[in-house]
Amino acid sequence: MKNCDYQQIDPKVVPTYASPSHIGTRGPRRVRRKWEVFPGKNRFYCGGRIMMAQQSGVLPLTLGLILVTTGLFFIFDCPFLVKHLSSCVPVIGAVLFVFVFITLLQTSFSDPGILPRATLEEAANVERQIDSSGNSSYRPPPRTKEVLINQQMVKLKYCFTCKMFRPPRTSHCSLCDNCVERFDHHCPWVGNCVGKRNYRFFYTFIVSLSFLTSFIFGCVSTHLAMSTTQQKHSFSYPHASFLWFRVMFELVICFFSVWSILGLSGFHTYLVASNMTTNEDIKGSWSGKSGDVATNPFSHRNVFVNCCSVLCAPLPPSLIDRRGILPVEEESAQMCHADIQLPANKNQRNMVGAPAHHPLCLKPHSKLKAELAAAASACLSVVKVWLSG
Amino acid sequence: MAETHSLQDFQRPAVSSKVFIQRDYSSGTICKFQTKFPSELESRLDKQQFEETIQTLNNLYAEAEKLGGSSYLEGCLACLTAYTVFLCMETHYEKVLKKIDRYIKDQNEKIYAPRGLLLTDPIERGLRVVEITIFEDRNIGSGR
Repeated sequence: MKNCDYQQIDPKVVPTYASPSHIGTRGPRRVRRKWEVFPGKNRFYCGGRIMMAQQSGVLPLTLGLILVTTGLFFIFDCPFLVKHLSSCVPVIGAVLFVFVFITLLQTSFSDPGILPRATLEEAANVERQIDSSGNSSYRPPPRTKEVLINQQMVKLKYCFTCKMFRPPRTSHCSLCDNCVERFDHHCPWVGNCVGKRNYRFFYTFIVSLSFLTSFIFGCVSTHLAMSTTQQKHSFSYPHASFLWFRVMFELVICFFSVWSILGLSGFHTYLVASNMTTNEDIKGSWSGKSGDVATNPFSHRNVFVNCCSVLCAPLPPSLIDRRGILPVEEESAQMCHADIQLPANKNQRNMVGAPAHHPLCLKPHSKLKAELAAAASACLSVVKVWLSG
Repeated sequence: MAETHSLQDFQRPAVSSKVFIQRDYSSGTICKFQTKFPSELESRLDKQQFEETIQTLNNLYAEAEKLGGSSYLEGCLACLTAYTVFLCMETHYEKVLKKIDRYIKDQNEKIYAPRGLLLTDPIERGLRVVEITIFEDRNIGSGR
């Protein structure tokens, strides 16, 4: 290999096709990973392994409600029910809780199916193709393109942010500033978009959460009924106001959760069975709103096959390769493309390291404070609605 | 990466242009590329060879996304373990992606590189396009 003879450029300038190992062994330059220059509004932790939306929404509230309610159930209701009903109660509760917790974290922390933005050459190619005059001038392409999918015309929209025609069922999330494949919705409760890659985690989360809340509601009601009948525990007002408060808290949380989460689970079961997304359902994409007789071209016309294709299909890979090493030539292209403010001096390029994308798992202190304040105000508004309603 | 190795073999030739093979959505959202032969490659490559490459890639992606007994089993097992099995096990799709990577490297070595062309793995472009880089004529047949 004649690597030395390839250097047709000034050796002081960074070579464009240097391998990542050369980058690591040369002076102050550190290995940069692709998540560090990701153009969307996402936050990355633990070296890019965990990703979330920029605003975590009410995820802390979701976690808090689940942990507090389940904690109270295990501490106060389980001992009584184990003694008077069955020892299976805490086992079932634990299994459901583990399912809920793990699937919630997977929904929140995984890539929902983000499409990486088009490279400069790709974007130029698309724009050049549209120019019918034959000149190589670049102008914005038309907004839509029609394709025939399973004998039905479907419009593909051009995304001006990502510089590509969006594949079918892909939508651009304005909160995350990404095109997401099979976009369902952006869920503030989990603090992330729900799309092709994490829909099954989201569905399992809401189904297991509805089972958990129903189970806890049933157990707390049983505990209350059995205690009142057996008069083992005194629930009279002057004696155990804390017990009353705790029981009412659990019952109220579970009652509202059961109705809302059960309803949501039912709705998503319908979507899964008909192979539709929330986005398509809300927009009425396949309901023939425009006057045409439109059916869902992605449905397999069989409920079982639809369910299997949505929930049991092979998990697609993450397309953004956030842990990949950033090649030096792409690093400079990303800097131009994503409009990151960096000094022009190449020697300083790798020493800048945007503070918002620090590879450690800890957030900047000011951001944490802002988020805690946002979560606290979200809690207060929920409590206000609850008390007034 | 395949891109880096092949380019070093060519002693850093100049890129003449790039051709992008777009996705074919006629069968839905499955990963499939158009087999229409681009005019820019007419002087470099046989239409049949190009179609064979793209068709093989399409077949491999269809295999990756296939709904069958094994994928259902994998999905059910994953569901029962709250999808934690994905953290420890390589998924079916990832196994096929490795196969695709080997196929593209093989095609580059045997067919495309001797003709001054380079096939980029679509996964590096978000499965949007198959990018074929055309290098300047002086590198054809020069070998290593």
